[in-house]
Amino acid sequence: MRAIFWKELSDHFGKKRFNLMLGLVLVGVAWAAFIDKDAVVSGGTGSFYLDLFTTTDGVPLSLLSFLSFFGPIIGITLGFDSINSERTQGTLSRILAQPVYRDAVYNGKFLAGLFTLTIVVFSLGIAAVGVAMARYGLPPSGDETLRLIGFGSVTIAYLAFWLALSMAASIFLRNAVASALVSIGVWISISFFIVFAATAVADRMVPDVQDLADQARHTNVQLWVGRVSPERLFSEATGTLLDPIGGRILNPLGVAPERLQGLLMSPVSAGQSLQLVWPHIVVLLAMIASLIGVSYVRFMREEVRS
Amino acid sequence: MSELLVEAAGLVKAYGDFLAVDGLDLRLSEGEVYGFLGPNGSGKSTTILMMLGLTEPTAGVVSVVGHDPMREPLEVKRQVGYLPESVGFYGDMTGRQNLLYTADLNNMRLGDAKERIDELLGMVDLTEAMNQQVGQYSRGMRQRLGLADVLLKRPRVIILDDPTLGLDPTGIQWLLGIIEELSTRQGISVFLSSHQLHEVQQVCHRVGIMSHGKIVLEGTVAELTEQTASGGFGLVLEVLGGDDGLMATLQALPSVKTCNRVGNEIVVQSGADVRAQATAAVIASGASLLGASSENRTLEEIYLRYFAGQES
Ligand SMILES: Nc1ncnc2c1ncn2[C@@H]1O[C@H](COP(=O)(O)OP(=O)(O)O)[C@@H](O)[C@H]1O
Ligand SMILES: [Mg+2]
Repeated sequence: MRAIFWKELSDHFGKKRFNLMLGLVLVGVAWAAFIDKDAVVSGGTGSFYLDLFTTTDGVPLSLLSFLSFFGPIIGITLGFDSINSERTQGTLSRILAQPVYRDAVYNGKFLAGLFTLTIVVFSLGIAAVGVAMARYGLPPSGDETLRLIGFGSVTIAYLAFWLALSMAASIFLRNAVASALVSIGVWISISFFIVFAATAVADRMVPDVQDLADQARHTNVQLWVGRVSPERLFSEATGTLLDPIGGRILNPLGVAPERLQGLLMSPVSAGQSLQLVWPHIVVLLAMIASLIGVSYVRFMREEVRS
Repeated sequence: MSELLVEAAGLVKAYGDFLAVDGLDLRLSEGEVYGFLGPNGSGKSTTILMMLGLTEPTAGVVSVVGHDPMREPLEVKRQVGYLPESVGFYGDMTGRQNLLYTADLNNMRLGDAKERIDELLGMVDLTEAMNQQVGQYSRGMRQRLGLADVLLKRPRVIILDDPTLGLDPTGIQWLLGIIEELSTRQGISVFLSSHQLHEVQQVCHRVGIMSHGKIVLEGTVAELTEQTASGGFGLVLEVLGGDDGLMATLQALPSVKTCNRVGNEIVVQSGADVRAQATAAVIASGASLLGASSENRTLEEIYLRYFAGQES
């Protein structure tokens, strides 16, 4: 697996797609350079380094929105042709004729993609924070640093989901173009259309909203259905991690919103925020694991004709 | 006695109702060059895929260098070189880089690998092109690189799937020369599949002729050509039951050269008429004799029957 990992890694960093990743890091730098520092410091949550990712002052959209938009593309780019291109080129038979297990081929490729994602996400984060620090003067606090690391990790898990999905597509679909289109199609449907789906389900289950309780139930159903989407999990988790005050409104365990009201307006610690988003992370990881499982089952047993 | 490197018994591969390989028995002994011949679509590649664990047999067993390729793939792949039907390389890497990757997959030490790669590239006459991207290689160059790739791990057995496909006559002669040399000088056993019977049989010690997933004739080239020259006698017995003992009895009859069973059909090739003795032996063994017919299945006849219009 070691050999496959290094080969894939040098592919990721040697090809044109690397420019895309480099571009992403530069965007992080540009964002940190262009945000309206004074507006961020005076407004927002009072935590400069967290607001760096969520503010829209001075930039067209927040860095977080940018990441949640381009992240999946990066994940898909790294995986959509990983297996089927080897098949089309006829290299898969040749590799599998060497003393390597089939799962090592999959694992090597997945880990190389994951490693690349990690490098990209952390370079982007460190570059952005670095530039911001030069402008702001003060380094991030311990609590902010923890939150940023948590934010980075959730982002990596989110991109890893798209990597696992596009790799599954590359196993099930022989054609790289088809696999890219299907991956992008899944991304668009679960990121955008889930809103409609969630509303539709909620309308069904709570057909006529009369009072506030009905309204709350309607919203709750909407929320829970929406969480089928990794995009929703990602935005809820990152929203919570990046906002010590507002982020706690998050309702992960179905606690009635009334009970949270009283607790509002006093910031929580990074540890408490992490606890709140822990279920989100677990669900995201479970989604990744099931995609890997499906890929394994198919790839291990399949016939490899040259 | 030499070791059996490939052994298959009753091997079957079904795609839905279609039997691509239909109850195949195969043996490859140490040091042997076996020609696995048959027209396109007769099931050669499918058989090879099962030998390498690249597809799962529907029924039957296959063992390669003493291991089951599905259960112990690494044991098999450490000792077996496989040249796929249309070999592929990474087009954006040079020939040498491609081989270095194969060496890495085989856990070869870098120094050893480089030395071996240079030697092999010399052998297949690619020394000059070794730093060119494989994307620019011709079909023949790719095939030669494929051969170097197969030999890199110092295999005991090499399995070549239709390696002459798409080569010009000079290329074919060159390849056959190399195969002969690998066999005689380095003692490598070769399992060579081909749809070009005439070209390939010259280097094979033994050939099996495939048709519709079955081996219809098998023997040493000498035996088969002798039959062609002398006419010989062919007898087809349709037998229900009968075991290895019966086969041994038939084989032991005077002048019998080969004796093969495919399903209910036993084909006996002999230098003299053995119809009386053979039918008596079947009955004596307790098996039922459903029919018997004389048939001269000579090599020429086989050429005509199975390969007519197939040679390219
Ligand atoms: N995946 C598959 N599904 C159905 N039929 C197949 C499949 N692969 C091969 N075949 C059929 O099996 C037969 C044997 O194919 P193959 O082993 O490639 O023959 P050969 O190598 O002798 O030309 C062919 O008729 C082919 O069409
Ligand atoms: Mg074939």
